Amino acid sequence: MRREGSAFQGLGVVALKELSDHLSSTRMRVLEWLVVLVALAALYGAIQQIKDTTAEDPFLFLRLFTTSRDPLPSFVSFISFLVPLMAIGLGFDAVNGEYNRRTLSRILAQPIYRDALLFGKFVAGLVTLAISLLALWLLVVGLGLLLIGIPPTAEEIARSFIFLVVTVIYAGVWLALALLFSVLFRSAATAALVTLGLWLFITFIWPVLAGAVAQIIAPPDPRYIALGLPTPATAEAEHILARLSPSTLFAETVVALLDPTTRSLGPIYLSQLQGAVLGAPLPLSESVLIAWPQTVGMIASAIVLFVIGYVIFQRQEVRA
Amino acid sequence: MNKDIVIEAKGLTKKYGHALAVDRISFSVARGEIFGLLGPNGAGKTTTILMLLGLTEISGGDVRVLGFDPAREPLSVKRRVGYMPDTVGFYDQLTAADNLRYTARLIGFKKSEREKRIADALGHVGLAEFADKRVGTFSRGMRQRLGLAEILMKGAQIAILDEPTSGLDPHATAELLTIIRGFKSEGVSVLLSSHLLERVQSVCDRVALFSNGHIALMGSVAELGRQILGGGFVVDIEAEGAGLADRLALIPGVSGVERTGIGRLRLHADRDVRPEAAAEVVAMQGRLKYLGVQEPSLDAIYNRYFETKPDEALSTSEGARHAA
Repeated sequence: MRREGSAFQGLGVVALKELSDHLSSTRMRVLEWLVVLVALAALYGAIQQIKDTTAEDPFLFLRLFTTSRDPLPSFVSFISFLVPLMAIGLGFDAVNGEYNRRTLSRILAQPIYRDALLFGKFVAGLVTLAISLLALWLLVVGLGLLLIGIPPTAEEIARSFIFLVVTVIYAGVWLALALLFSVLFRSAATAALVTLGLWLFITFIWPVLAGAVAQIIAPPDPRYIALGLPTPATAEAEHILARLSPSTLFAETVVALLDPTTRSLGPIYLSQLQGAVLGAPLPLSESVLIAWPQTVGMIASAIVLFVIGYVIFQRQEVRA
Repeated sequence: MNKDIVIEAKGLTKKYGHALAVDRISFSVARGEIFGLLGPNGAGKTTTILMLLGLTEISGGDVRVLGFDPAREPLSVKRRVGYMPDTVGFYDQLTAADNLRYTARLIGFKKSEREKRIADALGHVGLAEFADKRVGTFSRGMRQRLGLAEILMKGAQIAILDEPTSGLDPHATAELLTIIRGFKSEGVSVLLSSHLLERVQSVCDRVALFSNGHIALMGSVAELGRQILGGGFVVDIEAEGAGLADRLALIPGVSGVERTGIGRLRLHADRDVRPEAAAEVVAMQGRLKYLGVQEPSLDAIYNRYFETKPDEALSTSEGARHAA
């Protein structure tokens, strides 16, 4: 038998309320300042580096995002580090917070479904992140114009804008994860710690572990070792394992988008490079094509994580 | 279906795994009635309420709220029923009015209607001057009143209140009970649960005493008193007049007269003999100072009931511990 009414009734109301909560919360302000200050530092480093080493680079503007100068990492590495933190910061107490404030059963006693509450919270979190990242992106583009003095080409703007969209998708993955744990754990502190722990594991430990596990799955061939080359099977296994982490997917997408000379994100054979003009930039559409599987992977993992959280939330008891 | 029955439960059952939280209970609530679900913590009161609202799945039995099935038509039920959970919570950083505005938007009221309803509801519960204060500064009693304001604003036909008076001081309790009586006078049915029997006894038209997932007793307090305490009314009289005790003893139904002080008499009767007693005093041209009937207390009923069934009382307290 079908459920009565729409699952999305009240969705807009929940999303707007959560959005206004996010935008006015102290937590959000702290996170925004953190991101802005760190981004400015990275940008400053990048601009100094570019000024020192200016060569004839057709994509000078994109270098703003990817260039680093010791001891600061590049803007992109900062973003890939801070965006998950922001998303987790917005999502870790989404559902258990309602529960602990004892507002959950009161809100669910209104004529809405649980779907609207959870999805509204996800949408509000994602919109908040999108607004912050858009502001940051405009800041970078504006400062770049002012400080480098070379206007970006249309392709550069397009590439960096797609990078912005991909970053929002990446944030969505972590937001969905934080939301899942906020459903799973009744204590907000536990949810935050577990989410942050998982983030550390996925982002910093897993890429290292992937190499080790790959060697067990596909032991390196001694003949390749003798030649000083990586065994193709091992390299392939390592890539597959590393790509289980959304951080890897994001890093690969960013490389493909912001560095137009990127031709492949995995190992390739020399034979495949035959006829290629190495170092020649690819057109935008080709770069997007290279980044596409990774982007879809991130969208899929966000959806899967959200659905798991949704199913658990539907079956959860609302009583204290 | 009878039009005046707003809630009807038949054989309602809830299982958590193998544990039976609510075991085949049946009851009905009429329009404009205040019905009390009473019993110790963990006896199944809150679970029953959540099933009525469609907030938890029903394991067995049948329930109709205003003619709707809460499991299949939850939105229709929730649009017409107001619910105040145990220790109701609000968003502390928002004002009282903003909290109600959020609920009003969720319900889907138009903007013009919304503001009027909110102002009316806050005025009704005496929170009008606190409308723009943040709920974080509110006392427990004020939060409970805000919870009732939400139900008023919703224009609910049924108000379901879970432990509305728990944790409140006597003054706040009295205020809250007054508002709850107000619901009744507006034709709103009230279903309230409580483990504090004597506090809610005065407002309930009928009560169901829960024990271990069953309804042990159901009826009006007076009925239950007769049934469990063996009937018998106790009427206290304070009046002046010679030979009054002898005259009163002759009233049909009076089984004994007892002197409890100077000019004070206590009548034991099998019915409420106050009218006859008053008539006697007046006929003797005596001065009637006090005339009252001792209401049977729910506490006494509850204790007496479980004294005669000690096994069940024991398992009730165990059930309470498990649930806690």
